Amino acid sequence: MENIKTHGTSIEWSNVLEMVHESRIDSVGLNERVNSLATRSIKKDSKLEALNMIVSMCDLTTLEGEDTEGKISQMVAKAIKPNPLDSSVPSVAAVCVYPSLVDIAKKKVQHSNVKVAAVSSYFPSGQVPMESKLLDTKYAIDSGADEIDIVINRKAFLEGDYRKVYDEIVALKEVCQDVHLKTILEVGDLKTYENIRKASLISLAAGSDFIKTSTGKLSVGSSRQACYVMLKSVLDFESKTGIKAGIKVAGGIRDAKDAIRYLVMINEEMGSDWLSPELFRFGASSLLDDVLKQIKKLKTGAYQAGYYFPRG
Amino acid sequence: MIDWQYSESIESPDIVSIKKKYTNYIGGKFVEPKSKKYINTISPSTEELLSKVPLSNEKDINSAVKSAKEGLEVWSKLTPNQRSRYLFKIARLIQERSREFAVLESLDGGKPIKESRDFDLPQVAANFFYFAGWADKLDLSWATKSLKPYGVVGQIIPWNFPLLMLAWKIAPALATGNTVVLKPAETTPLTALLFAEICEQAGLPPGVVNIVTGDGSTGSLIVNHKDINKIAFTGSTQVGKLIQKSLAGRDVGLTLELGGKAANIVYEDAAIDQAVEGVVNGIFFNQGHVCCAGSRLLLQESIHDEFVKKLEKRMQSLRVGNPLDKNTDIGAINSKEQLDKITGLVNEGVEDGGELFQTECELPGNGFWFRPTLFTNVQPSYSIAREEIFGPVLTTLTFRTPEEAVEIANNTEYGLSAGVWTEKGSKILWTADRLEAGVVWANTFNKFDPSSPFGGYKESGFGREGGRHGLLSYLKASS
Repeated sequence: MENIKTHGTSIEWSNVLEMVHESRIDSVGLNERVNSLATRSIKKDSKLEALNMIVSMCDLTTLEGEDTEGKISQMVAKAIKPNPLDSSVPSVAAVCVYPSLVDIAKKKVQHSNVKVAAVSSYFPSGQVPMESKLLDTKYAIDSGADEIDIVINRKAFLEGDYRKVYDEIVALKEVCQDVHLKTILEVGDLKTYENIRKASLISLAAGSDFIKTSTGKLSVGSSRQACYVMLKSVLDFESKTGIKAGIKVAGGIRDAKDAIRYLVMINEEMGSDWLSPELFRFGASSLLDDVLKQIKKLKTGAYQAGYYFPRG
Repeated sequence: MIDWQYSESIESPDIVSIKKKYTNYIGGKFVEPKSKKYINTISPSTEELLSKVPLSNEKDINSAVKSAKEGLEVWSKLTPNQRSRYLFKIARLIQERSREFAVLESLDGGKPIKESRDFDLPQVAANFFYFAGWADKLDLSWATKSLKPYGVVGQIIPWNFPLLMLAWKIAPALATGNTVVLKPAETTPLTALLFAEICEQAGLPPGVVNIVTGDGSTGSLIVNHKDINKIAFTGSTQVGKLIQKSLAGRDVGLTLELGGKAANIVYEDAAIDQAVEGVVNGIFFNQGHVCCAGSRLLLQESIHDEFVKKLEKRMQSLRVGNPLDKNTDIGAINSKEQLDKITGLVNEGVEDGGELFQTECELPGNGFWFRPTLFTNVQPSYSIAREEIFGPVLTTLTFRTPEEAVEIANNTEYGLSAGVWTEKGSKILWTADRLEAGVVWANTFNKFDPSSPFGGYKESGFGREGGRHGLLSYLKASS
């Protein structure tokens, strides 16, 4: 791996192949480890710290045909101040929208720290010619997107054409340049741990800044097991290239308890470097409300109804 | 980037009430020792005195054996079905009071609550349930009708899994119609004494289970008692040999479960991340106080550097500390004596030329603690590669071919367990076939089930515990 060093540059295909061929995972052992990390007991101060971290790592998301300017405005306002009555709660990391809504979102975030992420490359299926994917992505960037979430070509992946998967990401990264690229593996389509690992390594080698579990559009979204496979891939990639990539988990993470278990896994397997919105994100719509309720409960002892928290 | 420290999450010790002083349990009664002497039992994580237990002498052992003989009169006249019901009742009572037992086990022995709660206690109950099921089906166990219990069985158990070893001993002995005199280890007598309360609660006939505490001298009195029909011992090879000498020439049955120095063989085609987990579990489970611990890591040379790097990183995340903290991975070393032994062997390893790695965790001020330790650059001739350390110390050796791996693995006087890590099924079978070890785990380690026989080759002992074979340790069978 001599020819590459800098963040976001792609790796020679022959080196990618070598990494991909070393994908051996024992599912029994993996499940055992993931389950044992889930028994960590996070209480008191460490819990409050975790809940605030989760808020700061959230990509607050709406990806619906029914999204309007009004809906985006509501969501962005909530993203900037998740709990207007408690200023110690941080802003979320980003809002995540379709390309056609990027300009509106961008106008609304104004001078806050909240980034605007756009899903592109014909999210969620990606079943269009490459030209369309490039155009979709270019449009989002031209509209002002700070981050781009693309989907991998599962058709090519499942047909065994890993080279095509890789080439497409490389081409999309070229369009992105400095814009943060998150590549969605859609683990619910890939099914096996070996596939998740291969797709992770291909995406990382092609220059992705982040790898992301799911689109949130399948019934099977993120899982701690999938995240574990991905984080091991990120660590192996780092040890081979020196490049630190991030992970975003999305789809089906609805409560604070589950989110804390992800954080424990990141903390113990990857270390504190990854406990930052720069390298770890939650893609979520309903998670944030539960986290806000839990923060309130920790501080006051009262578990409040949903109507105490503003709509997003 | 945040340095996220977990707040303490302590399992409350209030659930168990520890008496200031305990008595023996003989003939269904809690009786003061005739010796009038007591020994202290402390918590190894704080060195605080927990309680005093009898230091039983010859008179105490005489009365325990006498009561076991009387108990046998009653126990042997019950129907197998009635014996089975008592065992089921004990199993259920253990489940009901499992949190109490788990806390006491962690206090008295130093093991992390997550292990006593999630491993020891569920296994204890499972063993009683399993052998309760056999009690009225002994005729179906082996193809012979002449299965007879030994009679009065003396059982001496170690301090690493105090209550679980009690279950491994008492459950099959009772299921097969024997009565027992059991001596728990000197440093961990409390859960056995709490178990005596369970026997009372279950209404077990007097004398079927007798529990006497003491030290090595008490154990030797049991071994040498003229009315004992069988001895079952788990502990060191050194003591096991002494017991076998004492019993030579006498018509007394014997099973021994002794030391180990298990090889955990990792081939280059293993799933590396899971192998790292398995190796960590193999040696750091229960502070390495495990006779079947995977204490010799055998790495194929081609993956040595990568594996060691990953292993050291993983070891750094092990949390050492208060056994009652639910997030503790590694608790206290069981005793000062054991800590000294571990320290001595580790120093010897460094002097021999082994390369030492220890994690950077903070250790509590009081109590007995030892950092998770890894040795690399070790030669098979070093004492750390040959002697059982019985602590959180892993020794790494390397090999080039499967043949060499098997040769190194078998190059030991022990033969209790072994591990094989490869994604290639045929290689697992080839290797397991050639390993001289009572249990061989493939792509996993330290997995237990009451239905699976456990025991050693060579100086790791003889006889099996668990499973159908475990029944034979308490039955005289002839065809």
